[in-house]
Amino acid sequence: MPSPRYWREIPQRYRLEAGKCKKCGKVYFPPRIICAECKSQEFETINLQREGKILTYTIIRVAPSQFVDQAPYAMGIVELNDGVKILSQIADCELDKLEIGQKVRIEFRKIYQEGEAGIICYGYKCVPV
Amino acid sequence: MREVAIIGLGMNKWGELWEKSLRDIFTEAALEAIKDSGVDHIDSMYVGCMSSGLFVDQEHLASLLADYLGVTPIPSARVESACASGGLAVRMGFLDVASGMSDIVLVGGVEKMTDVSVDGATFALSTAADQEYEVYQGITFPGLYAMMARAHMHKYGTTREQLAQVAVKNHYHGSMNPLAQFPQRITVDNVVKSVMVADPLRILDCSPITDGAAAVILCSLDLAKNISKKPLIKIIGSGHATDTIALHSRNDLTELRATQRAAERAYKMANKKPEDIDLVEVHDCFTIAEICVIETLGFVEKGKGGKATEDGITTLGGKIPVNTSGGLKSKGHPVGATGVAQVVEIVKQLRGEAGQRQVKNAKVGMTQNMGGSGGSTLVHIMEVV
Repeated sequence: MPSPRYWREIPQRYRLEAGKCKKCGKVYFPPRIICAECKSQEFETINLQREGKILTYTIIRVAPSQFVDQAPYAMGIVELNDGVKILSQIADCELDKLEIGQKVRIEFRKIYQEGEAGIICYGYKCVPV
Repeated sequence: MREVAIIGLGMNKWGELWEKSLRDIFTEAALEAIKDSGVDHIDSMYVGCMSSGLFVDQEHLASLLADYLGVTPIPSARVESACASGGLAVRMGFLDVASGMSDIVLVGGVEKMTDVSVDGATFALSTAADQEYEVYQGITFPGLYAMMARAHMHKYGTTREQLAQVAVKNHYHGSMNPLAQFPQRITVDNVVKSVMVADPLRILDCSPITDGAAAVILCSLDLAKNISKKPLIKIIGSGHATDTIALHSRNDLTELRATQRAAERAYKMANKKPEDIDLVEVHDCFTIAEICVIETLGFVEKGKGGKATEDGITTLGGKIPVNTSGGLKSKGHPVGATGVAQVVEIVKQLRGEAGQRQVKNAKVGMTQNMGGSGGSTLVHIMEVV
């Protein structure tokens, strides 16, 4: 991945920075320039809640090339306590024990490595509470 | 707006066409459509293609394909909306004729997917999802639809066997389509024991990687009456809508809002209701997709798509036959060509040219073509004149 593209997303991937619409209060992750609800363009930066629950999940058995060494791994759509939904890996879990509604929390993790000399890509994953 | 007829159909056998290039398969389908229509020229052309750049390192299809079809300097455009690119091309052609800008338009769709490795194809397809907030995290397309399937099973009690039944039914239909990539009949047992890709979806829940093209000729209805010797079919409804690109941004993970809005618009324009539709081609990129789509289009109650499939309502001979062509599952899914091929099937059926898989007395047909995990959708309704 070209380094500017990786670097641009660091506030979201490392610090979970989201944009909260100053007019209607809707939270966007990643932040946006215009609110899809009320069309306001004024946002404040907030940090996402770090805990939430699994809304749905899958176990990836056939993985994209940069994730092959991690397969099989679980991924889920998680609704955080502030109502924001994210897609992330569910790490450190027993694959056959996952359930909809299960409580998870966000941790800072390595996502994948771009070969021997490439960038090590970091970001968020969820783990069962 | 002028009334628009579909007067020419072209489609070649789909599959792994190693001996043929993108330009070859497109040109073959286009020539067949032109011949079928009886026109002696075309005024403009639209081609749906998702990712020739990633699949064969070739952009600028507008020029390439007009050139190799021998029709330069007519206006030509390549349109893209991921797996709904073909349906979008149909809409662009429809608007072109309806507006009076062109009288005769060629609409094609093409994708050449087997020149890259499976990894390369998986990557190209994944660009239809949010690269930074879905793909970066490690998701795949089977994974996204698997999460929809899990949510549908949890909310409505849809079963593993009901999902499998979609694939069984579509392969049964495909076995009667000589152009299908995988015309083999399969059983529920074959599906539920096939290799797991992304739980709960297995390989036989997934549409394949395919090389293929399809083309149709659109023409103003008045002109069509002088040119065509075939039964005339007109487009009576066209709906197009979008939704969030990321699945996780949606309020209900089992709801396809773009499909719902596109269908509402198409039904309204055509002045038809779900019960007026005799058959439909839907975007069954994964078995769960067909279940969600038939619910959204109003053919079955919300949450009952699995049960309806199991009961045979969507099988040939049932109340509303779905994917008589074999669907994406059996016929194949060269992404950019799919939306055009759906129209080819409906027109074949409405003309009474569908052979063994003919739906009796078919007068009104519908197509639903969807991009990504549902971020864009095109719906068209066609009727015998």
